[in-house]
Amino acid sequence: MLGLQILIDGFAISALYGLGAIGFTLLFGVSGVLNLAHGGILLVSAVVAWLLADQVGAYGGAAAGLLAGMAMAFATFLLVVRPIQRSPAIPSEEKEIFVLTGTLLWGIMIQEAVAYFTTTSPHTVRPLIAGVTVLGGVRTPTNEILTAVLCWTAIGLLWLLVNRTRAGKALLAASINPRGLTLLGFELQRIYLLVWAIYGVLAGTAGVLLGAFLGVSSENAGTLTASAFSIVVLGGLGSVAGSLLAAYAVGYLETITAYLISPSLRTVPSLLLLVVVVYLRPQGLLGRR
Amino acid sequence: MRGLLRSRLFWAAVLVLAVAAVLPLGVSGYVLGLLTLAYYFGVFAMAWDLLFGFAGEVNFGPTFLVGLGAYGAGILNSETGLPIPVCVLFGAALAVAGGLLLAVPALRLSGPYFGLTTLVAVLLLQQMVTVFAKYSGGEIGLTIPDVLSISDITNYYIALGFMAISGLVLFGLSRSALGLILQACGQDPVEAQALGFNVAKHKLAAFCVSALFSGLAGAMLVFYLGTASPGTVIDIAVGVQVIIAAVLGGRRTILGAAVGAAVLIVAGEVLRPLGQLSTFIVSAVALLAILLMPSGLLGVLMRQRS
Repeated sequence: MLGLQILIDGFAISALYGLGAIGFTLLFGVSGVLNLAHGGILLVSAVVAWLLADQVGAYGGAAAGLLAGMAMAFATFLLVVRPIQRSPAIPSEEKEIFVLTGTLLWGIMIQEAVAYFTTTSPHTVRPLIAGVTVLGGVRTPTNEILTAVLCWTAIGLLWLLVNRTRAGKALLAASINPRGLTLLGFELQRIYLLVWAIYGVLAGTAGVLLGAFLGVSSENAGTLTASAFSIVVLGGLGSVAGSLLAAYAVGYLETITAYLISPSLRTVPSLLLLVVVVYLRPQGLLGRR
Repeated sequence: MRGLLRSRLFWAAVLVLAVAAVLPLGVSGYVLGLLTLAYYFGVFAMAWDLLFGFAGEVNFGPTFLVGLGAYGAGILNSETGLPIPVCVLFGAALAVAGGLLLAVPALRLSGPYFGLTTLVAVLLLQQMVTVFAKYSGGEIGLTIPDVLSISDITNYYIALGFMAISGLVLFGLSRSALGLILQACGQDPVEAQALGFNVAKHKLAAFCVSALFSGLAGAMLVFYLGTASPGTVIDIAVGVQVIIAAVLGGRRTILGAAVGAAVLIVAGEVLRPLGQLSTFIVSAVALLAILLMPSGLLGVLMRQRS
């Protein structure tokens, strides 16, 4: 009974972690950007969904949250990342640290703005579906099942997009050899815009679902970034499959610890796993060097 | 040493220090307290800049080293009551030991992976403080029986002196042959190795020096504040501030980091009447500064002169 409960809860939370992390890893793989405002973007989409759910219903709110996630992703790219990438005053080997610092500051700005307008107390987005379903004797909120289904739908669509469409193949090529791609006549800037758009959709969806499943507060933004970051590192920077694997490892480790040992130690085993993997296999579970 | 005496930056720094030294005659205890904090913070940022600006390694966990120094000193003092200097040295030694433990395996990694390992170290240390709450005071913080001094002015001079000495050592180091080798290792490790320098050894040395000063500053800060809590010495937000201070002041200048720290702390305090929005404005200004003048405050000043 407890085993089944861990299995179900762990599956849903891991799917959500996976969705939250693949946008982050895709962005790094294709454009080499580690977006430390990630948590802030998730936060904005959750808070917008929460605010608007009262006026336009749960579905309207969720759609608005998704749009807000996309808008924030574009704002991050156009206001912070692209000016740094194009700045002639920053030597190219230091672009990375400037992007990191810039997105970090941007994330703090987002977090503070959200705190100013909606306070730091936690908000829970109204679930898309109310009610409880009994799965093999375990009472599970229907919304939890919907979360897992939606996460996997989004992941499946991403897989189709990357592997079955022309634009997706260009993305894949950009992650392998950007210079070769420009030689073939592709505009890298367009590919970057595309990857930020995909990232926006993924982050927006993840933010809304997270807000409905666990609830968010403006103080969580940093923690959200950190957990997406650790999952991505565990799986291997830039590897989508690795991130999914890592999301499941972390999700189940946390759920098992919370149920069987103590909820207060929830994150310790996954951090230890992360340290061990980073020491023994620095490229992550499925990463390339 | 002769190069040091001839550099304009050195004399400018001496001038600033002289002004800082006569400050207690004219300003209130509140301002002194603020500056005392800013000086310790300046040491964190300078130690970080040695590692980033010169060795080219991004350490996302400056607060891992600071926190080890702070908690090492604080716990020793509250458990055994040993005198402050012993505790401070113990804290610094602990920071160096922890730094070595972190750096030896981590320096085999390159680029973002090194940064990630240091980030994880901070998260782990924070968890450890919570898990061993019996000794560390947990989230609420550790109260320390001894303090450096109860006089604002004495505390101010201790912090100023400490920052001046740390700044001198770090700045001198960065202008020495070792600093040049470090810079070479950071910019092109393959070539540096081809020239016969042991890259790993030099980076490790830089990490130890950085850890030493971070740990010392952390330990002194604890005895100035009289408490240690994860929110003031370990939290990632504190580490982020250290990084912002160093980049804002001008990376690869050492002294710029201290300027950035002072600007950041004073700006945060001046904007305090705005309440919650103050952090927003400080971050926005720092972001604009990074976008518009990436070489930092000191970098811009130096370029105008030359």
